[in-house]
Amino acid sequence: MTTATPTTLSIKHLSKSYVAGKPVLKDISLDIADCGITAIIGPSGTGKSTLIRCINRLVEPTSGEIHFEGGNLVALDRSGLRLARRHIGMVFQEYNLVERLTVMENLLTGRLGYVSPFKAWLRKFPEADIARAFELLDAVGLGSFANQRADSLSGGQRQRVGIARALMQEPKLLLADEPTSSLDPKTSVEVMALMRDLCHARGIPVVVNMHDVELAKRFADRIIGMSGGNVVYDGGPAGLTDDVLKSIYGGEDWLQ
Amino acid sequence: MSTTLVPDRIDAKTWTRFTPGQRFARYTVYFALVLALVVSARSVEIIPEFLWDAPEQMQDLFKRMWPIAWAHYPGGVHDALVETLHIASLGTLFAVIMAIPIGICAANNVVPSKPINYLAKLVLVASRSVNSLVWALLFVGVFGPGALAGTLAIAFRSIGFVGKLIGEALEEVPRGSIEALQATGSPWLSILSKGYWPAVEPAFWSIVLFRWDINVRESAVLGLVGAGGIGLALNAAIDLFQWDRVAMCLFAIFVVVIVAEIVVTQIRKRVL
Repeated sequence: MTTATPTTLSIKHLSKSYVAGKPVLKDISLDIADCGITAIIGPSGTGKSTLIRCINRLVEPTSGEIHFEGGNLVALDRSGLRLARRHIGMVFQEYNLVERLTVMENLLTGRLGYVSPFKAWLRKFPEADIARAFELLDAVGLGSFANQRADSLSGGQRQRVGIARALMQEPKLLLADEPTSSLDPKTSVEVMALMRDLCHARGIPVVVNMHDVELAKRFADRIIGMSGGNVVYDGGPAGLTDDVLKSIYGGEDWLQ
Repeated sequence: MSTTLVPDRIDAKTWTRFTPGQRFARYTVYFALVLALVVSARSVEIIPEFLWDAPEQMQDLFKRMWPIAWAHYPGGVHDALVETLHIASLGTLFAVIMAIPIGICAANNVVPSKPINYLAKLVLVASRSVNSLVWALLFVGVFGPGALAGTLAIAFRSIGFVGKLIGEALEEVPRGSIEALQATGSPWLSILSKGYWPAVEPAFWSIVLFRWDINVRESAVLGLVGAGGIGLALNAAIDLFQWDRVAMCLFAIFVVVIVAEIVVTQIRKRVL
C-alpha cells in the first residue's frame, strides 16, 4: 500500500444481481480505511445487506473486485475463501448463535477456522483461545455467563456474545449486518458503544449497516448513504443534512 | 321483504350451507363410499358359517390358552425373548451407523449437491419400501435361519426410517447459525459438529429411541420366517396347537413392549 492512509478494504466496481438484468448493487467502489466505524444507511431493499454480505461472500458478487489483505476476495476458491474469512468477523441482526451450545462454546466457534475439526469435536481448544474467550466475556460484561446456554439469554446479551464470537477470530475487519435492529433503543446504544470501544482498542475497522440514522450519526466516523443500489453520500456524520437525507430516503414528510 | 339495508344479503329463509352443485358432489362421494364397501365385502367372500361360529371358536381358543403355561417360560421363552431384544438393539445400532452418513447426504443444506441428495433419498426409499419380514426372508435365504438374518433385516428396514428423519431434521436447522459459522471460516466438518449436530441432537435421540421401540415389536414376529427371536417359539407353539404356550409367548411380548415404551418415554424426557 503506497497511499498515505492505509486501506483495509478496497471495493472496486462491485455489482450484484439476484435476477439477471435487475442489479441490486450498481458498480459500487469504496475504500475502507484502517480504523473507525463506517455506517451504511439507506432505505430497505437498497442493497445494504447485500453489500456487507458480498464482502465475505455469504452472497456471491456478480462482478467486481474486493481487495483485502493484498488479495482479491472475489477470485478466491473455496479453501482460499475459508482462510480469508477467518480474518473477517461478522455480527448479525438475529445474533445467529448456536442456540443449544453454551456461551463459552459459542465464543470458541469463532476459533473453528484455526482448530482442526477433530480437536474442535473433542473440545480441545488451545489454552490461549480459552483465556482469550474469558477475557472477551469480561469485556462484554458476561463474565459469569460462560456455562449458560445461548438460548437462555436476552437479545442484548446474545448480541454481546455475537460480538465476542466475532472478536475471537482476531479479525482484521468487522462486518455488522443490522446489529441493533432487533434490540430496544437503550440496548442498541449499549451494543454500539461496546462494538466501538472494543474495536477501537484493537484497531479493527468496522463496517456496519443500520437503518437508525440517529444511531449512525452518533457512532459512525464515516457514513455511506445508499439509494437504489448506488452510493449517494459518502462523508462524515456532520454532512448528513436534511437535503442529503432526502436524496437517500426520498420524500420529506418523515423529516420532522 | 320490501326493503333491505344490505342489498346483496342472502335471504335468511333460503339460506343453505352448500350450493346445489356442492350438495350433489357430497352425495356422490357418500354413494361411492357405500359402493366401495359393498364391492369389497363381496370380493372378500365371507363364508357366513365361519363368521357365525367365530365367537364360539374364540371362546374355545381362550379356554385352550388358559391357564397360561408359565412353566414354559424359563426353558422355552426366556432365551428367545432375550434374543429378540438383542436383534432389536443390534439392528437399531447398525441402522443408525449406516443411516447417519446417508441422512447427511440427503440433506440439501448440508450437502448442496442435487445428484447426491437424490441418490441418498433413493437408498432410503429402497430400504423403506421393503417390509422387515421380506428383508428377513431375503437374509434367511442368504445367511440361513437365525438371529443374524433377523438383525440384518431390522437394520436394513430401519436405515430408511432413521436416515429420512435425520435428513429432514438437518434440513430444518435454521440457516442463521450455520451462516455465522461459515463466516468464521470453519471447515465443513466443524460446521457439522458445532452447528448442525447441537441443533439436531434432541431430534436424533428421539428418532433412535422411537425406532428401537418399533424394532422391539417388529423383531418379535421375525421368527415366523425363521429369523430368530421369540417369533420362533411362538411359531413352534402354534404349529403344535399348544395354545397355553402361545399365550405365554404373547404375554411375554406384551410385557416387553410395555417396558420398552416406559423406558423410551423416560429416556426421552431426560434427553430433550
